[in-house]
Amino acid sequence: MKLRIKYSKLGNLRFIGHLDVMRYFQKEIRRAGLKISYTKGFSPHQIISFAAPLAMGITSDGEYFDGEFDEVTTSGQMIDALNAVSVEDIRVTECVMLPEHAKNSMSSVEASDYRITFSDDTEETNLLLASVSDFLQQDSIVIMKKTKKKEREENIRPGIIKMEVQDASIYMLLATGSSYNLKPELVMEALCRHAGVSYDFFSMHIHRLETYLKEEGRLLPLYMAGTRF
Amino acid sequence: MRKLALSDQILMQIEKPARYIGGEYNSVIKDKSKVDVRFCMCFPDVYEIGMSHLGIQILYDMFNQREDTWCERVYSPWPDLDKIMREKRIPLFALESQEPLKGFDFLGITIQYEMCYTNILQVLDLAQIPVRSRDRKKGDPIIIGGGPCTYNPEPLADFFDIFYIGEGETVYGDLIELYKQYKHSDMTKRQFLISASQIPGLYVPELYDVCYNEDGTIHDFGPKYMEVPEKIVKQVVMELSDVCYPDKPVVPFIKVTQDRAVLEIMRGCIRGCRFCQAGMIYRPTRSKNVEILQHYAESMLTNTGQEEVTFSSLSSSDYTSLPELTDCLLEKMEHQHVNISLPSLRIDAFSLNVMQKIQDIKKSSLTFAPEAGTQRLRDVINKGLTKEDIFQGALEAFQGGWNKVKLYFMMGLPTETYEDIAGIADISEEISELYFANIPKEDRDGRVTVTASASYFVPKPFTPFQWASMITPEEFTKRAYYVKDRFRQKKNHKSLKFSYHEADITILEGLLARGDRRLCDVIYDVYQAGQIFDAWNEYFKKEIWEEALKKHRIEIGFYTYRTRKTDEILPWDFIDIGVSREFLVKEWERAQKGIVTPNCRQKCSGCGAAKFGGGVCFEA
Ligand code: SF4
Repeated sequence: MKLRIKYSKLGNLRFIGHLDVMRYFQKEIRRAGLKISYTKGFSPHQIISFAAPLAMGITSDGEYFDGEFDEVTTSGQMIDALNAVSVEDIRVTECVMLPEHAKNSMSSVEASDYRITFSDDTEETNLLLASVSDFLQQDSIVIMKKTKKKEREENIRPGIIKMEVQDASIYMLLATGSSYNLKPELVMEALCRHAGVSYDFFSMHIHRLETYLKEEGRLLPLYMAGTRF
Repeated sequence: MRKLALSDQILMQIEKPARYIGGEYNSVIKDKSKVDVRFCMCFPDVYEIGMSHLGIQILYDMFNQREDTWCERVYSPWPDLDKIMREKRIPLFALESQEPLKGFDFLGITIQYEMCYTNILQVLDLAQIPVRSRDRKKGDPIIIGGGPCTYNPEPLADFFDIFYIGEGETVYGDLIELYKQYKHSDMTKRQFLISASQIPGLYVPELYDVCYNEDGTIHDFGPKYMEVPEKIVKQVVMELSDVCYPDKPVVPFIKVTQDRAVLEIMRGCIRGCRFCQAGMIYRPTRSKNVEILQHYAESMLTNTGQEEVTFSSLSSSDYTSLPELTDCLLEKMEHQHVNISLPSLRIDAFSLNVMQKIQDIKKSSLTFAPEAGTQRLRDVINKGLTKEDIFQGALEAFQGGWNKVKLYFMMGLPTETYEDIAGIADISEEISELYFANIPKEDRDGRVTVTASASYFVPKPFTPFQWASMITPEEFTKRAYYVKDRFRQKKNHKSLKFSYHEADITILEGLLARGDRRLCDVIYDVYQAGQIFDAWNEYFKKEIWEEALKKHRIEIGFYTYRTRKTDEILPWDFIDIGVSREFLVKEWERAQKGIVTPNCRQKCSGCGAAKFGGGVCFEA
């Protein structure tokens, strides 16, 4: 049986990288005594796959992984079992069963939304918030993207699906996943440049709210591919 | 959310911030207003190594079971963070509370190898705690050291208030009670230390005086006060099965060296190899009963979620209930997908059978530790492993499908000749021959490889070789080239590999291992010159050590290349490990004659450790 599990990665866990979170859950699942399936052979490993890696320094309420299980109880019981043996900054919030041929979480991801809050209510912050609508008016937003060897220009405008200001925070819905992946830090960097404000990752806090898949043209949270049981 | 000691800016610019944030599963958080004693355990190396150490987990658990004490952890900040902490004057902090160490009552440092000595100074200095004991006052943390290097604590004498000689489970309770009296009264630090020195096993270096002869050897060593004991008797736990054991060890977020549940099955070793310090200082050999271990295996795996379990012991094959224990683990492997890793096993029919079940033979290699290339020299070191044993094991292994063999040797052993080291190449060649002679062509899967590696022998305190001289690094390198050449001349040289250790670090290890108090200033200066992480090749700088030795007019040869007389007063003679000096002298003499001594189960040799009243000495 294939389950999809949604979790939050909060607080100090923002300093734990994606691979370590995967290792963390492998142990948490064992502590919780859940009957996850294993591969065969000498060093069996759990059949588990994680969606959309989150960069270091970012927190989230919309993280997911899929796992193959030999036995299940109920959604509620499984959520409780995991949270009972968890560190405080990891919380499992949803657990659904996927239909037989569902795409895995990694390849289903199409978008995620983020909230950016600011540590100080400075003039610069206000300037930044005020320039969001103007920023979006642009047809193309070109940034220099650095890869290991070279730098190249990239238009990130198509990756910004939605962006708005609410209660002194910026909310943005960005293309995520294997076909196109736009990181929120890049958007903020471009916005700062546009507003003429110097970019400082540490003066803001980026939080992922949800990760989405696309179904019949609509974006749905990843857990909606399955059903509670 | 726990507030972190380091800012986001810093954490995001250093390697692996998880080393410094704490919060791992099973780490212990207490209400600091409800405890009286704040203890911090330190392993003075990087987090991934420190977190893999069983001793700290044992003590962490033991202290935290006390209601009056909160025990936390700290490891050496890696050079990237070290630099930032110095620049910004950020005091070193404990992982759990993220609070500066300088506000703690105790800092307990485990000292596992000599090349971490500069890291000890780094920890104290970054913590903004005066590095020398004499500069610390009441109110500063008490710095206490433990672990194998405390069997010669003298090179560190200036930096520690107390050394705990022996196993931590016995008298820490007494020390904490005494400390509480001290803390809440007008007792002076000196009075506290004098009282502490009367607790068995605790050594307070500043309460002892040393004077030297003109030739540099020790003339006299003894306590300054009547009430301070002359001899420190090491602490041992006699009922190993009853002692507390951490069944909820801390589970790190990042991958660490020992990323598995560790079952301690035995302490001590019955074998009595003459170069091995652990084999002497942990006498007598004591075992845990198998039911307790089965219970711990179960609860540790449940409480940590670890996927792998391993043993801790010096020689697992000597554990009498090994078959029962492995059966129990194999059953877990079947049903709970637990991997098993079995270190320090003798290669024989039993272990091969078990390993066939737990490893991918194609990928794994089998390890033998002949330690010396000829039977003569193996007799000198009392390594009770014969060529026949090795060949028998290797043959069975090849027949079982293995084709990779690793061999460990030492070079620079007492009485060693070129013939002995030529034996390293000979035995490797013969093992590969064994493969070609016994494994039919059609069954050969891949190529056979025999990998031999040679380390540079360091004489250690409390071994029969404590009087022996080391060879020079130049001689070691010369011998290594010689052996390499012998390998090249072998018919099967394409199947053989030979490697050897870095000699420059090892000679300093030799210096520190048998050094005395005069080395404190050297270590201090080396640290002040910017040296840390000496155990890491990329950070070790030979010139800094040479300069400091020169400045203090210390001849490295006095400590390393000199054969000591058996009536010389050695810096560690004030410690009583149970094993008598007479026994060590006798063993040193027998070594030179190449006479083997039977192991404790074959025949007791009356080493003296029986005075602790248990263990293998009293097995029926
Ligand atoms: S007294 Fe005998 S049995 Fe006990 S440790 Fe010494 S040699 Fe071994």
